[in-house]
Amino acid sequence: MAVSPAPQPKLNYAAWPDEAGHFGPYGGKFVPETLMPALDELEEVYLKAKSDKEFQAELSFLLRTFVGRPTPITYARRLTEHFGGPRIYIKREDLAHTGAHKINNALGQALLMKRKMAKTRIVAETGAGQHGVATATAAAMLGIECVVYMGTVDMARQEPNVYRMRLLGTEVRGVESGSKTLKDAINDAIRDWVTNVRTTHYLLGSALGPHPYPAMVRDFQSVIGREAIRQMLDPVDGPGRLPDAIVACVGGGSNAIGIFHPFLEYESVRLIGVEAGGRGIEGGEHAARFADPKLGRLGVLQGTKSYVMQDADGQIALTHSISAGLDYASVGPEHAWLRDQGRTEYTYATDEAALEGVKLLSRMEGIIPALESAHAIAHLVELAPQMGKDEVILVNLSGRGDKDLGTIMKELGNL
Amino acid sequence: MTGVERIQAVFARARAEQRAVFMPYQAMGYPDRAATLEIIRTLGDTGAELFEIGIPHSDPLADGPTIQTATYTALTQGTTVADCLAMTRELRAAGMTQPFCAMTYYNPLFAYGVQRFVADAVASGIDGLIVPDLPPEESEELEAACRAAGLATIYLLAPTSTEARIRFVAGHCTGFIYLVSVTGITGARTELPPDLAAFIARVRKHTDLPLAVGFGIGDGAQAAAVAQIAEGVIVGSALVKAATGEGGLARVAALGAELAAGVKRAR
Repeated sequence: MAVSPAPQPKLNYAAWPDEAGHFGPYGGKFVPETLMPALDELEEVYLKAKSDKEFQAELSFLLRTFVGRPTPITYARRLTEHFGGPRIYIKREDLAHTGAHKINNALGQALLMKRKMAKTRIVAETGAGQHGVATATAAAMLGIECVVYMGTVDMARQEPNVYRMRLLGTEVRGVESGSKTLKDAINDAIRDWVTNVRTTHYLLGSALGPHPYPAMVRDFQSVIGREAIRQMLDPVDGPGRLPDAIVACVGGGSNAIGIFHPFLEYESVRLIGVEAGGRGIEGGEHAARFADPKLGRLGVLQGTKSYVMQDADGQIALTHSISAGLDYASVGPEHAWLRDQGRTEYTYATDEAALEGVKLLSRMEGIIPALESAHAIAHLVELAPQMGKDEVILVNLSGRGDKDLGTIMKELGNL
Repeated sequence: MTGVERIQAVFARARAEQRAVFMPYQAMGYPDRAATLEIIRTLGDTGAELFEIGIPHSDPLADGPTIQTATYTALTQGTTVADCLAMTRELRAAGMTQPFCAMTYYNPLFAYGVQRFVADAVASGIDGLIVPDLPPEESEELEAACRAAGLATIYLLAPTSTEARIRFVAGHCTGFIYLVSVTGITGARTELPPDLAAFIARVRKHTDLPLAVGFGIGDGAQAAAVAQIAEGVIVGSALVKAATGEGGLARVAALGAELAAGVKRAR
């Protein structure tokens, strides 16, 4: 194995957030008082578990034997030849049990609750259904009662996942308020949590929400980046060196922060997040919080301060993306902060480009990506031609596309 | 007189008369603008002594279905933060003297601009602020602006609040403290929680501020029961429900009278 290059960080990224859960001007705890004691307890329990050898050993045992970690990196030979530029590697979170990276965090939090908290019930929200399925799976495996809130629009576009959750013994509650998508599902999950906080843990699925969630979810997802460093440095299965750029899609941003975070100190590695460009930035029908200054501004949504798509009066804007998992008005606070530091950069891919990404990866590599992950693939079309043949790109493929076949069939029609 | 002083005066008068204060919540712009003004005037005539001026937000995560629907309706009818302030100015111009406490979530206020909001709120006759998703930890800027302008900062305490948090939060409150009666969201309930008296007693150990209880109070009997153990009785969802549909104003007037009588009957 090659020797790891010495990191030369400008900032001690691992030291963030601060004690109050702030990443510079972002993050924090913006929740009703009823929840404040629960957040304090969660923070205490999570900090203890971080250095609890027994807990970490059980978690890594389950990640190996139940989730199937480590997920491999795959050299995308035909895709590399197609672009004729940098070598492209893919981190295969689609091969994790339940088909996406979401299980890393769901299992981590469920185990934390089971082992360290006097609670017996889990509530969660889901957009694409991947976090819902992952949570339902962890709950079934650990024997925990589980309720998942899901917007009825998302239930329609992710029907197989609704059935999966029910099959796993989870109660799926449809949410009819607002845009009937992820944001509204989070509102109702929080309302359930406020009401049942004494017995219930809220298993938030992305690097969002009040402190300690953004940091805790990041830590549970950082297994992706830690494995990727080791795998990239391996000269047999990998290129034997670190990548020059990493690309990941960003909704709330948990798969992206999971792969980015362990690489932050390697300043030579470009970290690129791809938001949902929807039907294009001009019309406002998208979820590209960083790309549209008319809509995406500093604000507070669902417990955290970050970039939030909103109107002039501070009402949260309706977002659009072909992928339910990226269809959200805000973005994890650490992403906003890392962007300010110039450490990460963000771009977007439209619905149309994402669909092309689905086709491209399916035909070139025999991998059908989730619509979310297809946004990262779509960005290769722009990125690869800018890079040299001696360079290396690593794409985080956050999930597989089986759940999206209905949408993809509708959009692409007869092939 | 500052907003804090006007609120203090209301509670001082009630204490002298050995009764509690009836404090209705109104979702501004619901059922519509004209009805909002009429409801507040009517409740003022039937014994309301302090109003919660509900500024609508698209994502009211502490609210139950009744207030969610009302504030969503107000928003779809185009109600803005500026409209809500214009309505309170109108009520002041028409001679209403009861204190107004604006109740909204942080993002509409933050988007309006904290300094600008506080200045415009004072100019519009607002006396205090209640922001359920803004704990004191995140409220430094708003609190400083309110202190300078004489606006009351009213935070919430919940049955889950620890002794340490009660002390901490109470230390940041002016005017009164808002006690959430139940572990849950807003909405009328058929019974008061059994541990309410114990919760109030727990808070009382740490503060001399008046305690107002809200969430889940829907009729005269419940209002009377709360008025025996707290200085203020807050009613929201039940009044919003009464205002919904044909004949809403008459129902609000009747329920308002029942609630006010309940509050004043106590002790």
